[in-house]
Amino acid sequence: MDVPGLYNYWIVVVLMMIGFYVVIAQGNLVKKIFGLNIFQVGVFVFYISMGKVDGGTAPILEEGFKVYTNPIPSVLILTAIVVGIATMALGLALVVRIREAYGTIEEDEIEKQEGEVP
Amino acid sequence: MKRKAILRVTSKLLIPLIMLFALYVQFHGDFGPGGGFQAGVIFASAFILYALLFGVANARRVAPAGVVRAGLAFGVLLYAGVGVAALLLGGNYLDYSVLAHDPVHGQELGISLIEFGVGTTVASAMITIFFIFAGQDPEIGRGER
Amino acid sequence: MIDIALLVFMAVTGLAMVRLRNLFAVVMLSGIFSLSAATLYVVLDAVDVAFTEAAVGAGIATVLGIATIAVIRTETEKVQKRSVVGPLLIVFVTGTALIYGTLDMPHYGDPAAPIHHHVAPRYIEESGREVGVPNIVTSVLASYRGYDTLGETTVIFTAAAGVLVLLGRGRRRRRQDRREKRGETAE
Repeated sequence: MDVPGLYNYWIVVVLMMIGFYVVIAQGNLVKKIFGLNIFQVGVFVFYISMGKVDGGTAPILEEGFKVYTNPIPSVLILTAIVVGIATMALGLALVVRIREAYGTIEEDEIEKQEGEVP
Repeated sequence: MKRKAILRVTSKLLIPLIMLFALYVQFHGDFGPGGGFQAGVIFASAFILYALLFGVANARRVAPAGVVRAGLAFGVLLYAGVGVAALLLGGNYLDYSVLAHDPVHGQELGISLIEFGVGTTVASAMITIFFIFAGQDPEIGRGER
Repeated sequence: MIDIALLVFMAVTGLAMVRLRNLFAVVMLSGIFSLSAATLYVVLDAVDVAFTEAAVGAGIATVLGIATIAVIRTETEKVQKRSVVGPLLIVFVTGTALIYGTLDMPHYGDPAAPIHHHVAPRYIEESGREVGVPNIVTSVLASYRGYDTLGETTVIFTAAAGVLVLLGRGRRRRRQDRREKRGETAE
């Protein structure tokens, strides 16, 4: 079946927009952080899709293989994943402190409490 | 409580295997998929499994806070130290070719050392983060009873 | 075709995460999402990345999310009272702009794409001779781009230190600190 060569990228854009929607539209802080995770995975899949070569193999030197997939996006995304989880842990720690300080993790309730402070 | 017994026995079999696999991934990162980041995360997951089943207090006795914090700093220090060693031996910063008698061996030595540093820092970071989160609530800090 | 099937599955999981209000279910779905992403990376020949995503996304992120939910003791999200038209419009416009941007890209998998012709051929051809390590990703990560990896390791160290600073004192000691401060200012 002949699929036009850009369908992958369009579905990845849809994934990114789902994550983006969760971040801007929903009020619960924990859901926002996981929505950011969806957005992040979408960006990573986009990068790695760009590096794929038709008929290539994984970038590990082997006898008998001539065409390799581009290793550079893998390198960038590898560290990005671990850094992403570290910053997500930091974000969740902030959520725990916010819960202690305000008693809630819903954005509109926090804004209301901030508005009431004299 | 048969359910908890199954978990405990299985985990006692699995946790050493998980740590062994983490070391395999760390040192075979040159020949197959793997390397410091993956090995650090897998090594930390062995400790996290132990903490989930036996409680954070018991897990703290295996991995004391001071040791884990020292490991966190040690990894970055090792990485930067390899770079300084290359400087002292006459090359550029992080130029591994001068570390041994022959450039290719120097590269392999440098890569092994820095991947070990990365693995240590990543494992310590994940262990620290999880133990702090789990230690917040005395309910989950107690572990399975 | 399998990559498109996996991507559609991931999109459906993402949509379920948007609609669900139970936070525990959201965290579990995030684990499934990361696992399908790891499978997709294997299909795309990025095996190192698949390894990392499976360990980190399906393992650590799920456990951290569950630990957070247990600590903050909030199981469900509140019913939203705000209108969704504004965000939907922004998302739609951004998505359309991004798709318009991808129309200029080379086809998926095209070996003649520009990114395969600058630095990548040098790494692939010279890595075996200069570095001597079969895994090209490790040789680029640790040797050719080793300085960047040092910076990223420092970022991980800083994030762990940040979590230590934020939550390290323990809840009971923080409550005591707040009570003491309130006691002092009241007198």
